[in-house]
Amino acid sequence: MHEAGYNFAYLDEQTKRAIRRGLLKAVAIPGHQVPFASREMPLPYGWGTGGIQLTAALLGREDVLKVIDQGADDTTNAVSIRRFFARTAGVATTTRVVEATLIQTRHRIPEAPLAEGQIVVFQVPIPEPLRWMEASERETRRMHALKEYGLMHVSLYEDVARHGRIAKTYDYPVMVAGRYLMSPSPIPKFDNPKLDRSPALQLFGAGRERRLYAVPPYTEVNSLDFDDHPFTVERWSQPCALCGATDSYLDEIITDDAGTRMLVCSDTDHCGARRAERPAEECTP
Amino acid sequence: MSDDEVLLRVRGLTHRYGARTACAQVDFDLHPGEVLGIVGESGAGKSTLLHCLATRLQPSAGTVEYRCADGRLREVFALSEAERRLLLRTEWGLVHQNPRDGLRMEVSAGGNVGERLMAVGERHYGRIRTQAAHWLAQVEIGAERLDHLPATFSGGMQQRVQIARNLVSRPRLLFMDEPTGGLDVSVQARLLDLLRGLVAQLGLSAIVVTHDLGVVRLLAQRLLVMRGGRVVEQGLTDQVLDDPQHPYTQLLVSSILRV
Repeated sequence: MHEAGYNFAYLDEQTKRAIRRGLLKAVAIPGHQVPFASREMPLPYGWGTGGIQLTAALLGREDVLKVIDQGADDTTNAVSIRRFFARTAGVATTTRVVEATLIQTRHRIPEAPLAEGQIVVFQVPIPEPLRWMEASERETRRMHALKEYGLMHVSLYEDVARHGRIAKTYDYPVMVAGRYLMSPSPIPKFDNPKLDRSPALQLFGAGRERRLYAVPPYTEVNSLDFDDHPFTVERWSQPCALCGATDSYLDEIITDDAGTRMLVCSDTDHCGARRAERPAEECTP
Repeated sequence: MSDDEVLLRVRGLTHRYGARTACAQVDFDLHPGEVLGIVGESGAGKSTLLHCLATRLQPSAGTVEYRCADGRLREVFALSEAERRLLLRTEWGLVHQNPRDGLRMEVSAGGNVGERLMAVGERHYGRIRTQAAHWLAQVEIGAERLDHLPATFSGGMQQRVQIARNLVSRPRLLFMDEPTGGLDVSVQARLLDLLRGLVAQLGLSAIVVTHDLGVVRLLAQRLLVMRGGRVVEQGLTDQVLDDPQHPYTQLLVSSILRV
């Protein structure tokens, strides 16, 4: 059971209710940033205070929680947040995507397909995609209101002019339901296509910036591009060195002082499941 | 010219900063293809007037009507904010005195010029680039500077990039606030030459605010002389400058140093 002295899932019920109201609004206006009264959490900003508040507001006793950081279930951030909710809410935790009802994530969307009824909570450092082009919040809000998004293409233009291609590889801006420009949080652009018409509910929380937003199930999400420089995702010349996957996002790992490298799946659960089910030919994609 | 050809009609335009009146009861008409100069000393209300016309300031009283591309004369302050902002980046252009106010300094010259195209939905990189190169060439900036940041340009070049950035959407009306301010005389002369050529070539209408009588002599067909927020004299440029009627205009004209 959960630890005494705290309310279920740490936050008090009033705060959770306020966050849920914000989430309902966010779901009603896909991609629109809704302000919320972000609370101080027992971890520093940048460690997922936005995501953790959303998770706290959503958790029920029957939920099964999975937390990943850069695709891995065993990194510091993932371990601490998972343990935090195991202690304050006493909910079951898992590393398997199929078993989870709620997945909190930083920097990745799991490789395994998501299903209806699942919720993904993204940790967002900077919710405003126009921030780097227009510093004024007042102006960016007006631009969202009037759907003036030409400026985002100016930033893509600069990329192509400088590098010959759109050089953004993570936090790649998307249009949600043809209306709102949205930052998908710092996930690699490899994961952008997974946002599009996902059967799962996708929620985004930015604790420091006090904003939350949502992509409801089966919502159209398009990555911005130029007609003559279309959006593409990363490709690797080799498969995963551990499980042989050719369709997953790979991390480069240096294995010794001589600089030997290997490419392995960043999604540890996906990779582990594939290895457990060897031979690889029988794996489900 | 007949009444239904007026491009911009201003009536009783007044702007107050608190109790202080910056410009009062300004009336004028601007016709297509016409360049109107507004002159006067510092503090005469020229810039306030220009900012009211360009809808950057909400006037305290008076009307500004603009004939939109569809031929209808419309009160610009009655337009919705979305319509007004669209107007400002398509049919209108605004050239600031300081190019830093009108340019994105962290974006290349090509990106600066292409911004308006992207703002109205152009999504083909090659075409944006071709257009940007074309308009930079129009202001005598070579294609080799296309990807350079405006910060690496001289003041005169920055001003020309700013002009190209406004011309790319083929505006019908250009507002210019001291376009040659802060430039040395030879650069000023070249910029004026260029502006005069472009205005004639593109059939632009323009309103130029300046304290430099030489600028209006070269660019403007008609002139408003302002003092203390009021228009004290208006007429054809040559007429006003060669035969000034109002004592203030006489003073202004006689104050020019002759070398």
